[in-house]
Amino acid sequence: MKPILLWSDALILLLLATLAALLWLARHNEALRDPWRQVMRGRVGRVTALILSLYISIGLLDSAHYVERLPAAPGQPAQYGGEVRSALDGLLTPIRVSVEKTYSAPLAARLYAKESVMGPDGVERRDYPQLKHPGAHLFGTDKVGQDVLYLSLKSIRTGLLIGSLTTLVMLPFALGLGIAAGYFGGRVDDVIQYLYTTLNSIPGVLLIAAAVLVVQVQIEAHAELFNTAAARSDVRLLALCGILGVTGWTGLARLLRAEALKLRELEFVLAARAFGVGHGRILLRHLLPNVMHLVLITVVLDFSGLVLAEAVLSYVGVGVDPGMISFGNMINGARLELAREPVVWWQLAAAFVFMFVLVLAANLFADQVRDALDPKSRGRT
Amino acid sequence: MLNYLIRRVLYAVPILLGVNLLTFALFFMVNTPDDMARIHLGAKHVTATAIARWKSAHGYDKPLFINEQAAGMGKAADTLFVDKSLRLFALDFGAADDGRDIAREIGSRMGPSLAIALPTFAVGLLFYVSFALLLVFFRGTNLDAGGVVLCVALMSISGLFYVIAGQYLMGKLWHWFPISGYQPGAWQFLVMPVLVGVVGSIGDSTRFYRSLFFEEIARDYVRTARAKGLSELRVLFRHVLGNAMIPILTGVVVVIPRLFLGSLIIESFFGIPGLGSYTIDAIQAQDFAIVRSMVFLGSLLYIAGLVLTDLSYTLADPRVRLE
Repeated sequence: MKPILLWSDALILLLLATLAALLWLARHNEALRDPWRQVMRGRVGRVTALILSLYISIGLLDSAHYVERLPAAPGQPAQYGGEVRSALDGLLTPIRVSVEKTYSAPLAARLYAKESVMGPDGVERRDYPQLKHPGAHLFGTDKVGQDVLYLSLKSIRTGLLIGSLTTLVMLPFALGLGIAAGYFGGRVDDVIQYLYTTLNSIPGVLLIAAAVLVVQVQIEAHAELFNTAAARSDVRLLALCGILGVTGWTGLARLLRAEALKLRELEFVLAARAFGVGHGRILLRHLLPNVMHLVLITVVLDFSGLVLAEAVLSYVGVGVDPGMISFGNMINGARLELAREPVVWWQLAAAFVFMFVLVLAANLFADQVRDALDPKSRGRT
Repeated sequence: MLNYLIRRVLYAVPILLGVNLLTFALFFMVNTPDDMARIHLGAKHVTATAIARWKSAHGYDKPLFINEQAAGMGKAADTLFVDKSLRLFALDFGAADDGRDIAREIGSRMGPSLAIALPTFAVGLLFYVSFALLLVFFRGTNLDAGGVVLCVALMSISGLFYVIAGQYLMGKLWHWFPISGYQPGAWQFLVMPVLVGVVGSIGDSTRFYRSLFFEEIARDYVRTARAKGLSELRVLFRHVLGNAMIPILTGVVVVIPRLFLGSLIIESFFGIPGLGSYTIDAIQAQDFAIVRSMVFLGSLLYIAGLVLTDLSYTLADPRVRLE
């Protein structure tokens, strides 16, 4: 077994390290700890936090990648398989390898489609053949016989990645440009406003589609750089996060600009200016901490939107790689099967339910965070 | 007023120019015309002559910004940037990769798009605002709390689910409406897309309007209106709704011109021959000429929406003067 670090895995590690560092810094700060304690005091906050951490653990397990060592003759150099697996794949081996021929209903014992089977009396007739693993598929199997539960669990990482890495890309733009526009005003403000009006004026899906099409062509042109299928779809996923981030910073930037516009006239900023504190220090020490609540609220609120956006973008054809397991691709692959008789509903249902639980938990959690952090909504509900 | 309009139109030029430069950079500099030719020719037929032939057939065989070979004005005019990008300002969209005129396609597909988008917009707005006012009317009761929970649940459901479930239930199971298709003047084809479109954003929109009205009812004029004995309904519908008009218009008017572009998902699922399905087909066929035209058209309509928003303020609030 040899560990493999995909680019997205590296970014996840970076994200975790940043979070850990922030927590370490904030561990003795009562003003920072108090709102979180408030979130965790309520039942809704606790339950949604539990659900989210379940999803996150599955996503993290699915981010520890490795390639299997092939059995080799003694004395020969070690050979590795071409397929990149994750710790989650390892844990789910029983349902991952129990592949059927095609669709089968949840917990069914027989296949969905009729075939010629040999009866006990030796006569061949059309019937539903026995599954190789009857009753083993909690959510049934998909068109090529893969277990739907396995697919759903694998989709979680894709959804979480899009939700979190996009934020990572978007934050520097939104923070830097938004605060700078509000604080400096004048020319700087004009240029930044022009930038985000221009970006905003392009219909969102079209801008993303345009950028993804370009990235797709570039990946195809440099196919030799990405040797495994996993690396290829990984790059495409990262590109998608990058594009969503570069096009998605305008909303938060606008909020931050308005807030910085207000803050720069307040006494503590004026006092800092009077003492001769430089712009950089004022931005970093006086403005940034005072807009952090807005940033946090927006980030948590945006997360659920991004998870939902993945499905739509994959349907349009500009989402993640078609070969990557994601909620969008699961829905896309099964949406026409409702026209069949009998209806193939389990794959759609599983994708929608897994996504619904994640997004609902994220939305409810976001509301709790907002109530705890936003001075305006404090004590209102 | 006229001065204001002229200034706004002039302000639109640099934005459209920016959009133009951005798409030009994406589609011609990051992605060269050679890349484009390679995609369309397919991996098997890529030879230098085939690429050159494809480029000249589709008008891509010119330099990007400066044409050294041309004389005089042609140095700047006979280039890809002028040919493919600046022409958009004259609404000259050129031809798609299949040779069809994009402007004509847009003209003929606008109707079906509007037939879906306009009713969806109108019915939706009416429904969301009334529903939000209803929740505000019952604020503090279980009805309001239940309504909010319902909204959060509805907005956590993927938009694709509404379309798929709607088609399955209303089309296949109950046979109320045809599953997909379009015929000019036939209302049966319109009901389901409109219904699905309206239901799809109940969650988001109602919550948005509810929080907007909540901010409004905390103000002094509401207390005054109640104190002089007006009924709660009258307070809500006349005073609160009237005063919340500015933030409502801010969010609503800007999207009206964009209704022309239709909805990608709805149109493609329901087989509506509008601009949304045109765009989605172009994306899937990697027809960059159409995508570029739609980007330009989209930002043009967005800027029109911004101007309309400002104009609508003067109608909603007599204090607003555009100078």
